[in-house]
Amino acid sequence: MADFDIFSIAGSAMSAQSVRLNTVASNLANADTVTGSADTAYRARMPRFETLMAEGASQPGVQVTDVVESGAEIGKRHQPGHPDADENGYVYTSNVKVVEEMVNMISAARTYENSVEVLNTSKDLMLKTLELGR
Amino acid sequence: MSQLNDPIFGVHAQALTVNRQRLETLSANIANADTPGFKAQDVDFRRVLDSYAPNDVQMQATSAGHIGGNASAGGLPDSALFERESLQPSADGNTVDVDREQAAFADAALRYRASLSFADGRLRSLLTAITGGR
Repeated sequence: MADFDIFSIAGSAMSAQSVRLNTVASNLANADTVTGSADTAYRARMPRFETLMAEGASQPGVQVTDVVESGAEIGKRHQPGHPDADENGYVYTSNVKVVEEMVNMISAARTYENSVEVLNTSKDLMLKTLELGR
Repeated sequence: MSQLNDPIFGVHAQALTVNRQRLETLSANIANADTPGFKAQDVDFRRVLDSYAPNDVQMQATSAGHIGGNASAGGLPDSALFERESLQPSADGNTVDVDREQAAFADAALRYRASLSFADGRLRSLLTAITGGR
């Protein structure tokens, strides 16, 4: 249905941005998580966006192809009293950068809001079209 | 939308279709505001007009053997789309300027409403003629 392409395009943007918001929430929640080894430390996650050409659509939407983990360095802290500390007394912190996550959150929220506006405007226009001649 | 392609609506039926396709293009831009490498597109009205009627705005079929000058209100020619230059290109190759897209979207929505009210007016005058103003 070409007439309703806008709804699926804006919908794809909203779902992609909500995946992004989910990863931000997960990253912020785990910003202070510590573990006993660098391998199991929490790594910040972020979605990878790609254009999505739906079948029969004239314009592309957006999709999340996968969620990748950040390769940033894992921090370590000397804290021998910690129950998770390794034999040398170190605990390993996540590599989440809280400021970066906040920026990501604002950007995702803005794009989400824009898509909602697009959806509302299109809905108004379609409803007006339905009222043609009444 | 082919049912709208009636002489009573004049050019407004096609205008509605073209405006809807422009809205779709702009909504794809907004949806892909955060997709790396996405190139923002827009509809060139001059080229659309040229594709509908190369020399004159509208041709009339005065005999049954004539092929109507009004192109079908079906698809937008590919040549009508052009890639918009970004005022502030981002590092990931994305050329979407969200504020510009919003302005263009509002513009296209207004034009759609205008075409809609013109088409509605045509329909109403026909109704007035049928009912004799009762």
